[in-house]
Amino acid sequence: MDNFIAARSQMGMSLAFHIVFATIGVSLPLMMTIAEWRWRSTGDPAYLVLAKRWAKGTTILFAVGAISGTVLSFELGLLWPRFMQYAGAVIGMPFSLEGFAFFTEAIFLGIYLYGWNRVPGWFHLLSGIIVAISGILSAIFVTLVNGWMNTPTGFEIVAGKFENIHPFVAMSNPAGIPEAIHMVLAAYTAAGFATAGIHGWLLLRRGRNRFDEVAIGIALLVGGAAVLLQSVSGDALARMVAAKQPMKLASLEGQFQTETGAPFRIGGLPFPDERETKFAIEIPHGLSLLSFHSPNALIKGLDQEPESDWPNVRMVHICFQIMVGCGSLLSLFAVAAGWLSWKKRSLINHPRFLKALVFVSPLGFVALEAGWMVTELGRQPWIIYHLMRTKDAVTSMPNVTITFLAMTAVYVILGTIVVWLLSRHLIAAPEGKQLAHQGVL
Amino acid sequence: MSTAVILAAVMLAALVIYSLFGGPDYGAGFWDLMCSGPRRQDQRDLIASAIQPVWEANHIWLILVVVLTFSGFPAVFSWISLGLAVPIFLILLGIVLRGSSYVFRAYFTGSIRTQLFCGKIFSISSSITPLFLGIVIGAISSDAVIVKDGVSENGFLGTWFHPFPLIVGMLSLSLFAYLSACYLTIETNDASLQNDFRNRALTSGLASIIFAVLTYVVAGNSARPIRDGLSRVPYVWLIELGAVIAVLVAFHALWSRRYLRARMAAAAQVALIVTGWGVAQYPCLVRPELTIFNSAAPSNILSDLEIAVAVGALVLIPSLILLLSVFKTQRKSISAVADTTLD
Repeated sequence: MDNFIAARSQMGMSLAFHIVFATIGVSLPLMMTIAEWRWRSTGDPAYLVLAKRWAKGTTILFAVGAISGTVLSFELGLLWPRFMQYAGAVIGMPFSLEGFAFFTEAIFLGIYLYGWNRVPGWFHLLSGIIVAISGILSAIFVTLVNGWMNTPTGFEIVAGKFENIHPFVAMSNPAGIPEAIHMVLAAYTAAGFATAGIHGWLLLRRGRNRFDEVAIGIALLVGGAAVLLQSVSGDALARMVAAKQPMKLASLEGQFQTETGAPFRIGGLPFPDERETKFAIEIPHGLSLLSFHSPNALIKGLDQEPESDWPNVRMVHICFQIMVGCGSLLSLFAVAAGWLSWKKRSLINHPRFLKALVFVSPLGFVALEAGWMVTELGRQPWIIYHLMRTKDAVTSMPNVTITFLAMTAVYVILGTIVVWLLSRHLIAAPEGKQLAHQGVL
Repeated sequence: MSTAVILAAVMLAALVIYSLFGGPDYGAGFWDLMCSGPRRQDQRDLIASAIQPVWEANHIWLILVVVLTFSGFPAVFSWISLGLAVPIFLILLGIVLRGSSYVFRAYFTGSIRTQLFCGKIFSISSSITPLFLGIVIGAISSDAVIVKDGVSENGFLGTWFHPFPLIVGMLSLSLFAYLSACYLTIETNDASLQNDFRNRALTSGLASIIFAVLTYVVAGNSARPIRDGLSRVPYVWLIELGAVIAVLVAFHALWSRRYLRARMAAAAQVALIVTGWGVAQYPCLVRPELTIFNSAAPSNILSDLEIAVAVGALVLIPSLILLLSVFKTQRKSISAVADTTLD
């Protein structure tokens, strides 16, 4: 394997794993805090069991996230030393702030875990809220860096170097906040639906029980609310991309020609050699309408840029379709579930509903990974959009293939352990006595 | 004092804290490998219970050092990542393997053989990481890491595979092991277990002194400037004197079984050694070419970073005090409560 490809693969692989660990680690604290709040206001012990289970999950994912985060911080240099040499100073600020958010999370997670009988109830709940907020902040800070790579701001280029750098201006780059909000909502969607799906499957197997029911209630509320908000955030992000990165939008959409009143394509396969996207369902004027809220807006096509600077249009378009498709299905499911449960309260024990839930539950994670591919592949061949090419940033170290393979093997092991731990400690049916006597917990 | 020097001092402080809190975690893994004698299983259990609550959170200090390096001294990060790619990769491998095997062993209740196997991986990877951390420190202190136009002049082995960095690696491993053994003596009330770890503390402490002397001797051949730094920089002798006093106090306390005092003196000793290295290294970051001054990012960035660190500390220090005050009660009851709340 060519060194450059190996380096990209290693970075992509590390991020693909980290994103899953971090996503669950960001979402569980919110769900655990909601569960605790429900316990405190209803006294239902099932909520308490759930809060403690999810707290344990947060601990596991926090530790694993710390490991994979450490790896990533080093890999930035190991694989892309030239990128870090030039851009390190510009993007260091959000990374530093992320470190502090992470620290705060660690401290209050400690209070949450060991403070059940040591601190007043309201303070315990508050600690949970702080854990949830600092988790969100970590996610936002890290995504701001990715935003900067897409829409770099806060510096001037003087003689090929970054000068007059303003870290906070760089942090508030145009792509940053829309991307960060999209990321956080994606985390809630993915983890919420996956958790609800797992408990749905268990409910089908174990039969009616309070524990799985309340778990589905909270997880689906979080996932469903997030996916509905996601459509608003996705719209904002798409308009930002249309304005700031027209070529990225063109490759998402498989838009080869510059045109006014461009159609929105559902499905389809781009053929870069023929400069055409075939087999798509086209909604006339759709893309112009979505991107600029005007039916005849001009959409720049890939023809504006030399073909050597195109990303892998086919991959980007397919990933984008997968993301939008999964998101739409989940939104549909959320709306339907909301409507049905409003009409008929005992929805949660309807086998057909549970089966549908189990069926759609992995789609959040599919959309998350696909969306990540869209933003990363769509930025290529640039590591800093229109400033530095990814191939110019790569390390001169030979044999990156070896480190890629070794790290992949290690991450597979880590991933397996996480799945095994979660299945063992989070979703196992609570024993009867745990539900009956809170003191035993 | 310039902003660059302040930031470098913050990084050194984070490195000291990492050595004091993260170091013993690694050292405990090393002792896990060396468990022997009739109380072998008890020793392992003690190690497991001592590192359980803190787990991997201590890596945050290392992340802080890394992040401040690439934000404040980007060239340093770039050079180290290239020239020392091999040891850094091994550090990472160690961190991931250690974390995964520890979690797995902690929660796996199946066959003893699998547990033992995970234990082996845990302890070996715990030993690899401090060894290579020390090697990286040794390599940037000798004049080996030079990067020109994105190419490492001494290749990928020549930068670190020579006596000085390797001995510094052994020094850091022995120091972490020593620190860990000192810490472990007061994690138990069992006198015979305390005695086991006291003997280990004495042995590894002695080893660390031997490696320290060796480091000084070998530095005469290959890392002359840093050796000179130990005598050139003003007041560095105060740090050296402090370290010597700490060694004497720690050994005396271990010998007379005053474990709390031994633990504090050992921590002071390690802190002073790391600080002493930092001061001797001044003003270089990567010898011979990169100094605090010629590799620093523009000063507005450095001052922004320092403001961020200060604000962060304003949030963190009260939170940390809060956390500690919540747990002022005895450790034992904490782990008891933790066990019941987690299951």
